[in-house]
Amino acid sequence: MDIAAALARLAPRLSPRASTALNAHRLSGGASLETWAFDLDDGTPLILRRRPDNAPPRDTAQPLASEAALIRAAATTGAPVPVVVHVCDPRDELGEAYVMRRLEGETLGKRIVRDAAFDAVRPDLARRCGAVLAQIHATPLEGLPALATSDALGELARYEAVYRETNAARPTFEAAFRWLESTAPATVPPVLVHGDFRNGNLMIHPQGGLVGVLDWELAHLGDPAEDLGWICVNSWRFGQWRRPVGGFGDYQALLDGYAEGGGREISLARLQFWQALGSLKWGVMCLMMYSSFATGADPSIERAMIGRRVSETEIDLVHLMDLIA
Amino acid sequence: MISSPTAAELRSALERFDTMDDGDGRRVFLSRVADNARALLAREATLGATAEHAEQARLTALLGIEGDVETLNQGLCDALASGTLAPRDPAVLAHLRASAIDRIAIDQPTYCGLEALMATRA
Repeated sequence: MDIAAALARLAPRLSPRASTALNAHRLSGGASLETWAFDLDDGTPLILRRRPDNAPPRDTAQPLASEAALIRAAATTGAPVPVVVHVCDPRDELGEAYVMRRLEGETLGKRIVRDAAFDAVRPDLARRCGAVLAQIHATPLEGLPALATSDALGELARYEAVYRETNAARPTFEAAFRWLESTAPATVPPVLVHGDFRNGNLMIHPQGGLVGVLDWELAHLGDPAEDLGWICVNSWRFGQWRRPVGGFGDYQALLDGYAEGGGREISLARLQFWQALGSLKWGVMCLMMYSSFATGADPSIERAMIGRRVSETEIDLVHLMDLIA
Repeated sequence: MISSPTAAELRSALERFDTMDDGDGRRVFLSRVADNARALLAREATLGATAEHAEQARLTALLGIEGDVETLNQGLCDALASGTLAPRDPAVLAHLRASAIDRIAIDQPTYCGLEALMATRA
């Protein structure tokens, strides 16, 4: 499929002043979804998100039209999200796709935690993340596309089933499943959970700070503490383990921002439960990705090597089992 | 027990990578992964056998039975799954901690979780 040509034909529908699209190029990243950057000839910077042709269906991921609807719904709360410009239909000849405004900033976590360019915004970033999560979690549920609902025990059971299917024998995971099962927090009324709110999916501007929450593929209804715990998983602190929130901030700043933004009371214990479950989930995902190597479905060195990231989640889980009362 | 993937699986994936067409767009990205895999295999060649012997000795002491490391590791998994051993039993945690430290030294020695673990144990 010629994406650039299809975007050029689409251009007049995206802006009344545009006649064609320029500079279309695929950005690296997502294996499950393609991301293309392009400009309209009136200067509008845009992003195309599309499911690749012949992409395998993913049972946990949203259809892209639903993802676009969620972003639009979250925007009504004032949360910083990209502006959805257009949801593609068959005559656009782009398959399952939507177009959004391209934001300026950085998503690479390693740069966000270290580069001097972000020194000015880093101190307030954790508090801001809390406030933005409170906005996202306040999204009215009426009128949202159909979403899965999960709670702590449900997530645990789902990931334990995936773990069992891999036939791996990892005592740290066995221990973590039983430990987390025994400390699972009570189910709370579900809110819209982003599902992948972490350093890496946040557009950070050197002056503006958090300007866009990206990658809504895994959004669902659930415990708001899930999102606060996920951004504290050590695997995305980029070496800055002393700064639990994304490698740039402290727990209290995140929780303070959440409360100031109008979020419901969340205890540190509940956040850390979800953080530990987050490490366990990421570990099981690594095992699952390794399985696609082991079965021959994807024989690449990348799929083999991701299995060796399981031990990073094991060391984090052992640490948490030791640390948390 | 060092597996998922084993060293042999990593070597076979590397052989496959080495025969990959230069024109393949993913080759540049994958060549970095392949470099990491070679470095990992070198560390495992140095540290792997010692780590597995230590693991086997710990498991024998923990479970009170003899066996190869694979059988013993499965035995620990079963004991945890059935509740025979508690997940935060200090002896269990001590074993898991030692295993995690040995594994990360092979898999990803610069991972900051190691420093975090050591700092709070000090």
